[in-house]
Amino acid sequence: MRLFTFVFNLLEPLFRWAQQHLGRDRLAWLFVGPNLVVFSVFTFLPIIINFFYASTGGVNLMPMERPFTGLENFQILLECRDYLDLSTCRKDVFWRALFNTLKFTLLQVGLMVLFSLVTALVLNRNIAGRGFWRGVFFYPVLLSPVVVALIWKWMLQSQGVFNAGLAAFDLSAVEWLTDASWAFFWTVFVSIWAHMGFYTLILLAGLQAIPKDLYEAAQMDRANPWRTLTCITLPMLMPNLIVVLVLAAIRAVQIFDEVFVLTGGGPGTATTFIVQFIYQTGFAEQIHLYGLAAAASLALAAFLVVLTLAQLRLTRASEAGEKASR
Amino acid sequence: MNLLSLLLRTRGRKRLHWTDVLSYLYLLVGFFTLFGPVLWLLMSSFKTEAAMGLYPPTFLPYSQKTVEVAGHAQALPLFLVNQDGQSPRPLAQVSRMGIMATMVDPVHPEVTLQVPIQQRTPITELAFAWGNYADLFHKFTFGRYLWNSVFITVVATLLTLLFNSMTAFALSKYQFKGRKAVFLLIISTLMIPPTIILVPVFLVINGVGLLNSLWGVILPAVATPTGVFLLRQYMLTIPDELLEAARMDHASEWRIYWRIVLPLSAPALAVLAIFSVMWRWNDFLLPLIVLSRSEFFTLQLALNAFQGELNTQWHYLLAMTVITLLPVTLVFAFLQRHITTGIASAGVK
Repeated sequence: MRLFTFVFNLLEPLFRWAQQHLGRDRLAWLFVGPNLVVFSVFTFLPIIINFFYASTGGVNLMPMERPFTGLENFQILLECRDYLDLSTCRKDVFWRALFNTLKFTLLQVGLMVLFSLVTALVLNRNIAGRGFWRGVFFYPVLLSPVVVALIWKWMLQSQGVFNAGLAAFDLSAVEWLTDASWAFFWTVFVSIWAHMGFYTLILLAGLQAIPKDLYEAAQMDRANPWRTLTCITLPMLMPNLIVVLVLAAIRAVQIFDEVFVLTGGGPGTATTFIVQFIYQTGFAEQIHLYGLAAAASLALAAFLVVLTLAQLRLTRASEAGEKASR
Repeated sequence: MNLLSLLLRTRGRKRLHWTDVLSYLYLLVGFFTLFGPVLWLLMSSFKTEAAMGLYPPTFLPYSQKTVEVAGHAQALPLFLVNQDGQSPRPLAQVSRMGIMATMVDPVHPEVTLQVPIQQRTPITELAFAWGNYADLFHKFTFGRYLWNSVFITVVATLLTLLFNSMTAFALSKYQFKGRKAVFLLIISTLMIPPTIILVPVFLVINGVGLLNSLWGVILPAVATPTGVFLLRQYMLTIPDELLEAARMDHASEWRIYWRIVLPLSAPALAVLAIFSVMWRWNDFLLPLIVLSRSEFFTLQLALNAFQGELNTQWHYLLAMTVITLLPVTLVFAFLQRHITTGIASAGVK
């Protein structure tokens, strides 16, 4: 505490001087200054540089030494001799990563919304020890992606508990992480396991905001539980469901850490997603193709813009629907 | 029976409806899927290297008993030998060739005998291998990784609190030109996830000479849009009259900020601090590209590097994983309410 007082007192003369010479309005800029500098240097500047990188080639990191190549990076990424056969593409890994990401997003987001909705509905009931159960479902959210991946890798390895379980029923062992379809399944499962609690919490907050008298009215009308769910709960929860849907989609498109540690993108390219493609092209491989990585990240950005626009549309549509139904 | 009725008690209703049964079943399954893996990890981390190799694996850290036998330098593994026509007896194994094992009775070390390996089963005992944890500190540079992680987390969180609260103070308490623009600019960065500016951020960090420096991980992350937003919303609820009263008493603006507004924002600061600790401690992608030399590795990077090795030493890796998840688990155990209300009110993670 002493130390904090000392530091804050140290800054006092600077601000006092600024207050006397600049006036209170300009003093505000001194308060927002540090944050804005960090934002400018590490967020806004990189956004501009990203476009520059995407349009230059070569393997040099320094901008001055990079030749301008226009749209060539995008051409390299997207060009295929035969668009029905991915192996004829110049960067077939990019296309595979793109399709994997699409498949992953659709599957994972659908299941994520389903499971977090069911969990939120159960947790919203009159159950004993609600705080405890909520904690159980939320806990994995706080674990780091590396830890999450290692927990599952340990259980899924060939001598792990899953194969021991199979052996107990006289079934033969499965290579959970080196079989392409199983590996893909586990990336979806583990990412849902790790993040479900977060979305459950958002939906739970929405459920608790629904006025109780609506349910009392439904009870008067002897509505069965299913009708209560579809006619009251789900429509009233729609804004939260849209938030969950879009947030989950934005996160799913950017999936990287857990999968990177769990499967390393393999076997082959079965679990390689866009961010891993960017990381590998720009940093991990022998030749660092920064331009290509930047171009791929712009493709990812386009994905995200589409998702954000979809959110705006959905929100507006649901608001309009609410007004119309009144 | 009493405990069961306590657990199954429902508020308001007398009888257990079938939907209640279904709910509890769902929660129980959820408990095993969500908590089970973490418990499995915790228990496995106490197994010795030899016990890790036992198949099928057990939940509790059983390891094979060993015994000191006169004439043998090392302790020998103990087996229960069940030969035809004899009562089972414990024997120590000296060596094994194919399907035959050379065994010795610990009581009579002079006599060795040949036993087919199907006739022997290992004798196990419950033993917690604390050595896995102790070894981390003197066999590896684990202390270094731990220090790096702690340093980054603590310094970045303090700077995050300072920078974000200063910005939030100006945005909520001053009517200056460009205030709206600054706020919108900051909020707009919520839309730009770090993954899509990975390459240029690397260039910038390299350009300012922070590659392979802990500051290269700390600085880019200290300005968070979420933090500014959270604190600004909270500071808007602090009455301006308080500030005016302080100005009457000739308090400087800086003094008003840190003597009045900061203490009053303590609840919001606490929420942001918890989140910041979590973000920095668990951060992976940014450290992965900025810190490539092993002496700057954080715990997360060290774990990743360890598990990528050809001969994964699982007994050390799992102990390291447990230490890595310990701080967030403690934070969660004591501050659960703050975290959940923070998420519910701001929708951040």
